[in-house]
Amino acid sequence: MNPLTGYLLLAALLFSIGLAGVLTRRSAILMLVGMELMLNAANLNLIAFWRYGPNPARMTGVLFALFSIGVAAAEAAVGLGILVAVARRVRTTDVDQMNAMRG
Amino acid sequence: MSFSFFVAAGFTVAGALAAMVLRNLIHCVLALVVGFAGLAAVYLQLGAQFVGLAQIFVYAGAVAILAAFVILLTQGVEHSTRPAAAMDWAVGALLACGVFAVLAWAVVRGVARLPIPAQPSDAGVHAIGDAMLHRFVLPLEVAGLLLTVALIGAVLLAMRDGEAGA
Repeated sequence: MNPLTGYLLLAALLFSIGLAGVLTRRSAILMLVGMELMLNAANLNLIAFWRYGPNPARMTGVLFALFSIGVAAAEAAVGLGILVAVARRVRTTDVDQMNAMRG
Repeated sequence: MSFSFFVAAGFTVAGALAAMVLRNLIHCVLALVVGFAGLAAVYLQLGAQFVGLAQIFVYAGAVAILAAFVILLTQGVEHSTRPAAAMDWAVGALLACGVFAVLAWAVVRGVARLPIPAQPSDAGVHAIGDAMLHRFVLPLEVAGLLLTVALIGAVLLAMRDGEAGA
């Protein structure tokens, strides 16, 4: 069996767990955490394809994963900052109750 | 497919699952740290040592601690620990299972056609630094700019309204 299969299946599982969390949890913090899990699954795919790809010496997959980690860190900082500001205003972190713009 | 892979994958999946189903938000973040550390072990096992270390520093360290800080900062407000309505929960879980089924089918079908890779290679820090400062120097600068802007923006966003003008 190709060893790539195991890593890709792990990444698919991680992505599905994150997706399930975003869809089912109502806490905005946990929804952001679920998104981080999905980004991690993408990173795992990049690394696995780098390792078992045709040209690992060029390091493209590793560099992609490193930049992806950097962008995800920026996203988490801004997302959680927005969350703090919103929570201060509406006094809740429940996304179902953030309905001020509901038509 | 080695024993170490299954141990690391088990920790990753268990941590991620616990982070998504536990009631207490702080427990969720602690489970998340376990999941991220397990994923870092998978990276190490794949031979990407630097990415594994970055994973521990950035995710298990910074992002998880940031989430914990936000949970504590919003301590006074009402936290949603209640689960979604049974119907929503079922729909979400079903959708996620469907996505996993499609992805797994594609992986199993597609990877079988790839050639078995020849020799393992290592991502030494030297090679990473070389690639980062030659082929990827523009993305590196843009990433640095993005991080600076994002961190200043995050501080401004989280500031209380009155302080912003001072």
